[in-house]
Amino acid sequence: MNTSVNNSLSAKATNLKGQIWTLIESITRYKPAFFGAIILGSLLFIAIFAPLVSPFDPNLQFPTEARVGPFTYLEGSDRFVLLGTDQVGRDQLSRIIYASRVTLLVSFFAVIISCLIGTLVGLLAGYYRGWFDIIAMRWVDISLAFPFELLALSIVAVTGPSLTIVIIILSLRIWVVYARVVRGSTLSIREKDYINGAKAIGAGELRILVRYVLPNVLTPVLVVSTLYIGRMILIESSLSFLGIGVPATTPTWGGILGDGRAYIDTAWWIAFFPGLAIMITVLSVNLLGDWLRDYFDPKIDI
Amino acid sequence: MIYYLLMRLLQAGFVLIGITAVCFIVLHLTGDPAALLLPENATEEDYDNIRKTMGFDRPLYIQFFDYMKNAFSMDFGHSFQQNQPAFKIVMERLPATIELAIVAFVIALLIAIPVGMISALRRGSKIDIASTFSALLGQSMPNFWLGLILIFFFSLYLDLFPTSGRISFGMSNEAETKFFMLEGIFTFNFSLFSDAFLHALLPSITVGLYSSAKLTRLVRSSMLEVLSEDYVRTARAKGLSNFTVIGYHAFKNASIPLVTLGGIELGLLLGGTVVTETVFAWPGVGLLTVQALQNDDFPVIQASVFLLAFIFVFVNLAVDILYAFLDPRIRYS
Repeated sequence: MNTSVNNSLSAKATNLKGQIWTLIESITRYKPAFFGAIILGSLLFIAIFAPLVSPFDPNLQFPTEARVGPFTYLEGSDRFVLLGTDQVGRDQLSRIIYASRVTLLVSFFAVIISCLIGTLVGLLAGYYRGWFDIIAMRWVDISLAFPFELLALSIVAVTGPSLTIVIIILSLRIWVVYARVVRGSTLSIREKDYINGAKAIGAGELRILVRYVLPNVLTPVLVVSTLYIGRMILIESSLSFLGIGVPATTPTWGGILGDGRAYIDTAWWIAFFPGLAIMITVLSVNLLGDWLRDYFDPKIDI
Repeated sequence: MIYYLLMRLLQAGFVLIGITAVCFIVLHLTGDPAALLLPENATEEDYDNIRKTMGFDRPLYIQFFDYMKNAFSMDFGHSFQQNQPAFKIVMERLPATIELAIVAFVIALLIAIPVGMISALRRGSKIDIASTFSALLGQSMPNFWLGLILIFFFSLYLDLFPTSGRISFGMSNEAETKFFMLEGIFTFNFSLFSDAFLHALLPSITVGLYSSAKLTRLVRSSMLEVLSEDYVRTARAKGLSNFTVIGYHAFKNASIPLVTLGGIELGLLLGGTVVTETVFAWPGVGLLTVQALQNDDFPVIQASVFLLAFIFVFVNLAVDILYAFLDPRIRYS
């Protein structure tokens, strides 16, 4: 019961409830991040409740009402299309709403997978050093600077496009970032007194890694996750745009944009709105990520 | 210094071998590489033939060494679509990609250096905030979307630039090489240069803006770091003009990280213009690869991945060497 700390206005509260509260308090003070959080929250809501939120069935086609501009009432099908219709008369807004599901799903799984692999590699490389560290970090350097789209292209050429492949490709791209950041944190943590203390009382290596090192690298992992979700959404949409991402039967922002490209001179809204959705989402994540980094550790090198 | 260079050279070699290995693994990912190297209508006889000529019936490690030998002699087999060596087809498209990457890189630097420096000098001012926000915006924008907006506004609506391609129809017969802009400059063929330049401008802006967002942040932070150094204070104390202090003493030192990251960025640009090339129908290696993918032309894909990886490793090596000369404190550790 440490009420004095809990009640004090110090920036870093000691218990979890206090920490979360300070975090919330801080985000409401920094407007851009607050804005980003609200947009992301609404997006999550829209994606989860897509069948309830979207005005029409995203796959219902009305070929006679194809390529109708935004803000139009369509008498034939009794629809008000806020963002217009696409090349086969489907409601754009509904398609964009459903597409948000794919985007969030892909980034969610890619984050989880790359986070698990990257954290594991980073922990082992940073804690044990040696040849594993050298090889892992060399690999990280190479893949961070390698033109990735081409590799993705050649992988998809072999396997064919699918949701799973997109998630695998994204994870291949991002895990190295986790590995580098976690390794950096581990390097400094392993020199700390409490690690020596744990060793002195005879704690096993696994126990030290899981119980003492891992909790201390979670903050950078959180920051990296936020900063890189935006990057993942961009890569996912460009793969779908090129037709090598999620198969065209599922609406994706990049896919809708790619289809709308052919109609840019007659129906600009088909390509414009999904792109706007991508930009707003990525911007929100980036604003949130920048703030999280500044909040926890401005010196984190990502 | 020599040790440093040797180590870098050795590393570059290892990276190349690693990339070859990755290409090899990708080729064998489905279990039957013959299926990838043959067109869809191939007969059983074709399969037996290619298995024999490529040696797919031999042990994997022998195949790998063979593959590596072929890769380093730039032999990736024949394209299915055009009956030519895959490598030759890719090489023909390379000048377009190089030209696009270089113009984009120049645009990125032209934006990043002045904006980054001003942001650092006027830290916290409206200009600084605006540039930080634009950098954030630039990094959040999908570049294919930006490209389409540029086409819509500047090409279709204002009719200022061509919508696609590298050069006007008929103009390409005039050119001797595939480097249209360079040739235009050196042969004083102004119409060739301006035609190629107008075609290149929108795609280069599309590619360059994203890089400039990254580079602006870098210039700003390294400039801020340098401005608080002792030698800048000494230079000011000597009574040198503001221009000399910032332009010479500060910028020269701030540009060292710029060389490294700029080099990596150029390497990325050379291999990372796939999307933009598709949007603008720019006939470079990226577009070729996407088309090859749609036609299941696997040898062409392998050839272009390998070639761009090779260029990429080479650019990085060049940057490392340059870096060692710029900053003599760099030693291999």
